Amino acid sequence: MKPPKQKKARQLEEKQTKLHDPHRPIIKDLLWFSLITTFFKVLLIPAYHSTDFEVHRNWLALTHTLPLSHWYVDETSPWTLDYPPFFAYFERFLSLFASLVDPTITDLYNGLNYKALSVIIFQRLSVIASDAILIYSIYKLTKNLESKKRFLIWVLVVWSPGLLIVDHVHFQYNGFLLGILLVSLGALQKGNDLIGGFVFAILLCFKHLFAVAGPVYFVYLLRHYCRGGILRGFTKLVTMGVVVVAVFVAAYGPFAYHGQIQEVLRRMFPFGRGLCHAYWAPNFWVLYILSDKMLAFVLAKLGFHIQTPTASFTGGLVGDASPFAILPTITPSLTFAIVLLAISPSLVKAWRNPQPKMIIRWVAYAYSCGFLFGWHVHEKASLHFLVPLAVVAVESIEDARHYFMLSIVSSYSLFPLLYEAQEYPIKVVLLLLHIALMWYGFSSQFSERNESDKRTACVLMVTGWMEKSYLLGFVVLEIWGQFLHPFLLGDKLPFLPLMMMSFYCALGMMYSWIWQLRCIVRSQ
Amino acid sequence: MGFSLEAGSSKKIHYCIRVGDKEMEKSRVTKAVKGDVNDNSAWGWLIHKGISAPFICISLFAILVRVAVSLHPYSGAGDPPKYGDFEAQRHWMEITTNLPVNEWYHNSTTNDLSYWGLDYPPLTAYQSYIHGLVLRFFHPESVSLYTSRGHESYIGKLLMRWTVLTSDVLIFFPAVLWLILVYADQWRRHKSNLAWHVAMILLNPCLILIDHGHFQYNCISLGLTLGAVSAILHDKDLVASFLFSLALNHKQMSAYFVPAFFSHLLGKCLKRQNPLFEVSKLGMVVVGTFALVWWPYLHSRVAILEVLSRLAPFERGIYEDYVANFWCTTSVLIKWKRLFTTQSLKLLSLTMTVSSCLPSMFLQIRAPSNRAFLYGLLNSAFSFYLFSFQVHEKSILLPLLPATILAVEEPFLFQWLTQFALLSMFPLLTRDKLVLPYIALYGIFISVYYAPNGKPDAPNTRSSSRLTSFLIAFVLLLSLALHIIYLTINPPKKYPFLFEAIIMLLCFSQFVLVAVYSNRKQWILSNQQSPIGIQKKQL
Repeated sequence: MKPPKQKKARQLEEKQTKLHDPHRPIIKDLLWFSLITTFFKVLLIPAYHSTDFEVHRNWLALTHTLPLSHWYVDETSPWTLDYPPFFAYFERFLSLFASLVDPTITDLYNGLNYKALSVIIFQRLSVIASDAILIYSIYKLTKNLESKKRFLIWVLVVWSPGLLIVDHVHFQYNGFLLGILLVSLGALQKGNDLIGGFVFAILLCFKHLFAVAGPVYFVYLLRHYCRGGILRGFTKLVTMGVVVVAVFVAAYGPFAYHGQIQEVLRRMFPFGRGLCHAYWAPNFWVLYILSDKMLAFVLAKLGFHIQTPTASFTGGLVGDASPFAILPTITPSLTFAIVLLAISPSLVKAWRNPQPKMIIRWVAYAYSCGFLFGWHVHEKASLHFLVPLAVVAVESIEDARHYFMLSIVSSYSLFPLLYEAQEYPIKVVLLLLHIALMWYGFSSQFSERNESDKRTACVLMVTGWMEKSYLLGFVVLEIWGQFLHPFLLGDKLPFLPLMMMSFYCALGMMYSWIWQLRCIVRSQ
Repeated sequence: MGFSLEAGSSKKIHYCIRVGDKEMEKSRVTKAVKGDVNDNSAWGWLIHKGISAPFICISLFAILVRVAVSLHPYSGAGDPPKYGDFEAQRHWMEITTNLPVNEWYHNSTTNDLSYWGLDYPPLTAYQSYIHGLVLRFFHPESVSLYTSRGHESYIGKLLMRWTVLTSDVLIFFPAVLWLILVYADQWRRHKSNLAWHVAMILLNPCLILIDHGHFQYNCISLGLTLGAVSAILHDKDLVASFLFSLALNHKQMSAYFVPAFFSHLLGKCLKRQNPLFEVSKLGMVVVGTFALVWWPYLHSRVAILEVLSRLAPFERGIYEDYVANFWCTTSVLIKWKRLFTTQSLKLLSLTMTVSSCLPSMFLQIRAPSNRAFLYGLLNSAFSFYLFSFQVHEKSILLPLLPATILAVEEPFLFQWLTQFALLSMFPLLTRDKLVLPYIALYGIFISVYYAPNGKPDAPNTRSSSRLTSFLIAFVLLLSLALHIIYLTINPPKKYPFLFEAIIMLLCFSQFVLVAVYSNRKQWILSNQQSPIGIQKKQL
């Protein structure tokens, strides 16, 4: 009986090594997983979409019909082109197919507010197809990890509820932009600094909001890439400079040629927007505004004479008048300075010890700073640091816990984007599924070391009464906003639930920011 | 195709018969290795702690898919004056919430039975009543008498969709959980197989498309049936009779399973010490359940007959549209409707149905076993689907249910049947403008079916001959081509339903093959009773 058994064992061993054969099964598994998500995204095609849908449709029409010199001047529709040139080229590329599918889509005048099935399917599919870059980037980032971590990262990034909500329901193209960011970060992590810098320059020419991490990139590349003596360092600096400038020339050159740079820049950096968006993104300024209101209220009660500000925040656009009663007014340049100041710890770290394994954390931290202290921030911008952080969330249990909390806060803060009843179960179940996947995924990831006790694995993700009660607070908040508020107060104070959400999520965001800051300062 | 299934099955017989020590050893070793591989595989992390984690995650995903499908149109959306099944269900809510119980099935000035009159048993009416109350609470206009006909407001539609969703989650999902627990207990499958099985049942495209796309409440009757099956596998025969009686009272179509349940339970009773007592116990449960459900109509014979006449719409003819069953397919050659009267057709179809499910019943009465019972369910459902009177395309959901339960044992048969069940409903779903979710759900189904390390290795799929795989590929290509042709090409004017007829022919041939195979399998299982009993014990 013995020899065949050994033979069998050997065969099985071979089989196992075959199964562990790198790369091929990874691609297969990733394709399998992304196929399922893709088909789910297809199901979401008829869901509600925001005005961003018409924005992008208009850009298709505009880039298709007009010559390049008119792209940034045209005002046929209120949704003018305000993304950098590469995005405009991207729309031009898409419009080639769009005009084949249905010429009305790319008609500048007849296509306005076009709502036919053809345009909906075409635009939705373009988002779904562009996500291929995200999947490619995640493949690059995870192919050398152990399989458990790898799959967890896929789940966190490809099945990110935030991305599904913003891209595939609300309608935007964040997936492939974040994919480009991840490609760049992956290159840096592996030490391919030139490619990393090159890809990041491309990303900046797609969406300039990503420039918040520019300082981190600059310091890191300067210290990590341009090393090895003065001469060698200088040559490398010049190489990098040439590459980056080449990218920018490719993007802006045609517009410079037509003398359009002024117009392009004016569109990309519109002034006159308020500190906060219509729905307050859960950042530091929410806390600032609320404490101003609170102070004014308390001081007025104490008998001080408080002049009530003429401008209000609930309107979205804020004029020149100071909206604050007590606290000093905030200007764009002030927020700019605060963001830079907030980023500076990571810059110092990157200057002192530019190590590739920290770059994702530094970049994510920079985006968190931009989100928390920036001027006129959208709630969607929290994806800019949530998605990169997913890659490092599997590294330690503390990272996992932080990510668990942060992703719940971030996804929940996106809920107001889908305000119609039809999508309500979608967003709630998406978040629940995400929580379940994170919970089981992380606890199976980190419970191996102390396998004996099942209970430790169960309470792993949330420790401490503060975190627990904070997370439970979301349930209370949601019940209040959805059921109790309309039931008890009716139509009174309609902005209160949204304000509470912003405030509550802002607390979580501040926590995440402090956690990341501490993590960066403490790192060796 | 016939050849392929036959070849596969004969190999399987050999596999089953040679259950020597060597085979056992081998299967144990492969299982152990599979376990190791699984823990490192893609979803090892999800299943390494019991069945609850995968069940919760898969259920949540299944709910998401259902909600997403419900974003798409339903049957008869914006299509006056008769609309479709959505309006029928809504109309029943309108009738049941506004009229007293004894008028629900009664044609009157307030209840015009020619406009979507109730034609399902009382449990459906009660379900409509409860859902109607919910609708009335949130949006009274959507169920107000007369004025709500063709009501299609945003919130009304949404509430209707949510009633299906909650019924599904409250009835079908727990039944699946029970089934999986029983399965895990009895067949000792590897956890990844169980997770795969859960996904296969909960993500079955046909049921989702009909319930959450087209709009029906099959999840309730199928969920109750599934619960009854789990109860039988769990040896709780009384519970099974109760649940199955409820299923029968929700949709008379559940009668497709009656032969299997009846013969299995009878066979089991006969094996016991006091058969008569056992049978009467079961009979009491069935009669009691029926009496409970029919209580409001039991006061007079007229009332009962009135309801019964609504349940059997013989005037609609032996078949409708292009359903892939015996009568419709053969009517290409033999014009049944012209040659025979409805009366004789009724008799003919009854004889055919009963005689086709007799072998399966006989086997169960003689030697009831759990595994054979599952095949028996498939067989009896197929004999009804293929031969009974008035079959809809949607009725393929009924044979599909036992095939889904058997997915772990017969993965190939299951996916084959699902694909052709989908194809057979394709014309219907195209009419409902559900092509997009059709494609997406088809894709999800195939992807999940080929999940890494999820599907159990069937011994016969690997060693299939070249001819078999060629035939499989050919039929699949044919099916794909039919999909595309149906969508893109206009049929010739002389034969406007040409493509429907071809789809029907292809599906019918595959259904017959599956039915023959599963009858044969049940026969083999019944003859191989004892070795399998030993195998189970050894495992």
